[in-house]
Formats: sequence, C-alpha cells, structure tokens
Amino acid sequence: MRASFVLSEIGIGLRRNLTMTVAVVVTVAISLALFGSGLLIRKQVETMKDFWYDRVEVSVYLCGEASTGSQCQGVPVTDEQRRAIGEDLRALPQVQEVFYESQQEAYERFREQFADSPDLVDNVTADALPESYRVKLVDPTQFDVVASAFAERPGVEQVQDQKALLEDFFDVLNKLQLLALIIAGVQVFAAVLLISNTIRVAAFSRRRETGIMRLVGASNLSIQLPFLLEGVLAGLVGAGIASGALVALKALLIDGQLRPTFEFTAFVGWGDVLSIIPWLVLTGVLLAGVSSFVTLRRHLRV
Amino acid sequence: MIRLERVSKVYPTSARPALADVDVEIDKGEFVFLVGSSGSGKSTFLRLLLKEETPTSGKVLVAGKDLGRLSSWKVPALRRSIGTVFQDFRLLPNKTVFQNVAFALEVIGKPRHTISQVVPEVLDLVGLDGKAQRMPDELSGGEQQRVAIARAFVNRPMILLADEPTGNLDPSTSVGIMKLLDRINRTGTTVVMATHDAAIVDSMRRRVVELSLGRVVRDQTRGVYGYGA
Repeated sequence: MRASFVLSEIGIGLRRNLTMTVAVVVTVAISLALFGSGLLIRKQVETMKDFWYDRVEVSVYLCGEASTGSQCQGVPVTDEQRRAIGEDLRALPQVQEVFYESQQEAYERFREQFADSPDLVDNVTADALPESYRVKLVDPTQFDVVASAFAERPGVEQVQDQKALLEDFFDVLNKLQLLALIIAGVQVFAAVLLISNTIRVAAFSRRRETGIMRLVGASNLSIQLPFLLEGVLAGLVGAGIASGALVALKALLIDGQLRPTFEFTAFVGWGDVLSIIPWLVLTGVLLAGVSSFVTLRRHLRV
Repeated sequence: MIRLERVSKVYPTSARPALADVDVEIDKGEFVFLVGSSGSGKSTFLRLLLKEETPTSGKVLVAGKDLGRLSSWKVPALRRSIGTVFQDFRLLPNKTVFQNVAFALEVIGKPRHTISQVVPEVLDLVGLDGKAQRMPDELSGGEQQRVAIARAFVNRPMILLADEPTGNLDPSTSVGIMKLLDRINRTGTTVVMATHDAAIVDSMRRRVVELSLGRVVRDQTRGVYGYGA
C-alpha cells in the first residue's frame, strides 16, 4: 500500500465527513485542554509548596496595648516575658531560627506590603501592630509543638501558622484540579463516543470501497488504516489545539494577569507547560486511536 | 483447482441448508456454469470459495489450500488469486474507468509504474480502449460490466467467479460479455459462473452443475441449461 494512496484516502474520508470530524476535534481539544489545566494546577501546587515551605514561619504574636485577645486584656507583654519566650523558643529542638520583629519593624513591613493603598497605611500607626517572634521550623509540619507550648503563655496573644493559610489555598487549588479532571473525564467519554460514531459513519459511507478492497484481497491493515489514521489525525489536531490553549493560558492568564498581581509567589514556568504537552498529544492519539480501532473491529469485519 | 468435499452450509436463521452434502471438483482451466433457481445455493457456493462464508461441515479446497485451515490473515492472499464479478457491477461511481481498475491494484500495494502499464493492457483486452477516462455513469451496462471484469482480471487471477454477470444486460450485450469470459478462460483462467440465462448456457456448451435446494442434481460436461427448458 503506497503512502500517497493512503493519504488521498484519508483526505477523501475527512472531507466527506467534515462536520463529524470537526466535532471530534473540538471535543478532543476541550477534554485535553481541561486535562492539561488539571495537570498544570497540580504543577502550580507543587511549585508553590517548593516556594513557600522554605519560607513559612510560625508567628508568635506578643500582647501589645492594642491587643484585644482574651489572654492579653490590654496588658502589654513585659520585658521579662518577652525575653523568656524568646529563649524558650530558641531552646526547642524543632526550631531552626527565631527572629524578633518589633512594632516599628512590623509597621515598616506593613507599609511596604500595602504601598499601593496609602489610605490604609495612613490610618495605621506602629502601636496598632503587634510585636512578634518569627519562628522558622526545621520541619514546617511541626507547628503543633510550638502552638501547644506557647499559645497559653502569658504575654502571648496568638500563635499563627502561615502554613495553615497556605493549606487552605492549596485545598482550593486541589478542588479546582479535581473539577477540571472530572469535566475532562466526562469530555473524554463524549469524545470516545463521538469518535466511535464518526468512524462508524465513515465506514458505512465507504462500504462500497471497503467491499471492493476486501474482494480484491486488500489486507485488513490496508482497509482499516485510513480510518484509523483519520481518527488519530483528528486526535492529533485536537491535542494541538489543547496545547495551544494551554500555552495561551500560561502566556495570557498566568504571565499576563496573575504574575504582575501576585508578585510575592511563584508560578509554573514554561518548562512545566512544555512537559505537559507531550502527555496531551499522547493522550489524544491514544484516545482516538484506541476508540477507532475498537470500532473498526466491530464494523469492518473482513 | 477447486474441490468441495461433502460440503454443507446451514445459515443460523434458516432451517433448510443452503448447501447440502455438495461434492464438486473443478479442474484448472475449466469453464463451469452453476445453474439453479433462486435460493438453490449458487451464491453460497461462490461465497465459500472466497471464504466469505465457512461451511458448516465438509471441506473446501481452492488451489490446493484447505480453506478451513487457512488462517484469517491469509484470506487476502486467497482473494488476490480469485477475481469476482457481480450482476450489479459494483464500480466506484466517483472514479474513472482507469481509476476503478487501478484501485484493485493500489489497495494490494502494486507500484505505480506497474499500474500504469497493466491497466491499459487489461482495458484493451476487455474492449474498452479509449474509454479509460470515462466515468461509470457515462457507460452502457455492458461497458460497465467490462470495467468490472477488467478489475477482476487485472491481477491475472487463477480463478474468475461470476455471479449472474449478464443478469442486468440485454441478450446481445450478454453475448459480448460471454465472449469476453470465454477469451479469459482461454488464457488458462478457471471460470465459474452462476447464471439464470438458459440461452447463454445452451449456446456455450460447457460444463453445467445444477443445484436444487442446496444439492447437486446434475453435473454434465457439455451441458445445457435444463432438460426440456
């Protein structure tokens, strides 16, 4: 079987069945784009974990004049308490490093952080912000040790774990990923049915040709190959569109919108996007190839 | 060349066998008419030779091969050694005469230079020289059947099966087709032709195998269509 002959047969088949082929391409593209987004979200969570788990700290806020916590009741921490808390923190084996942040330092950091909102900064004075110990743990999951030892201590307003805030955020991302994958799964199911139906229609509309091919002794492979390649080609084009969508997602949404807005965190890089694309292509080709093949076995018996 | 040994074929949807205990041997180079009324088993006979059907019992041998033992991936090779012609021509309407004949070679992977050489030769043989670029619907029925015969014969098969090839043609056109089949037979090709056409059978004076209700009721070497018919 000459390649040019197979190619011309594929061309005839695709043109004859154009509406169905377009439907297959669109469905495959959507399902793979969602699948790719799901993978990208996971990469994003991993990227953020790498980035943040090195940076998260446990904050031990000390009572100040503005403190409203039930433990402080407006009584600021004494020098003695502050010193003892610092020493005890440094003595814990789970603790790697401890930094002290005074009210003035907290205020400067606050001003820096909210430089875009001068109204907010103007309304806050250094006295309103609590002084704190910033504790870096050897293992960021060991927050409970610090919390249980210091939360009830006089002079401590609150022990806050930044990791807990991150976990909430990761939780949202994981749910988003799950949602994307579920929709992708439903779309894949629809794509399989569509491909199978398209191949069936194609086989039916070319039953004259295939009948003659069988009669003159064409091999099963050469009878089925044009149909199979038609399916695979549609899958490939769909995967291409999905890859394009993923690239657009990275360029326009992540780099164009999110990165300038959320400068303090890390985002997935081009390497992550490029590492997902081969999987999309592979999935698209396998999806179309396998469903075409199974359909052909049922509808093009030789 | 072709041998059926005690062959029976029962279709699952029918109680009566389509073929019952058929013993027929056809030698290389023979011309055999397969006659009988509709439903007598002629088409089943031909389909068994192509392994489009497998017998319920008995043995079918074609060119020395037992089709019951032939694995499915060898069936295409079997079909390449058999040309087949039908009553309804089965041409591809969107391809020219040349392309229709070439299609049979393209799908079995023959190189282009072979195709451009043998297709005009076979069109010449069947009397269609000069009509290679016509579309099937521009041709008469007889000419369309000649295209179908050209397609069946282009690969020079050992056996040519014809299932009522003159069924859609008027008598004078049919004579032309029979002359062509006779010519192909004289090149050494075994021809098996199922037909209802008494005039043709009587005029050709070739071997006649008559089937009735799936049984061979007559096998004459220089036969006519039917006693008293």
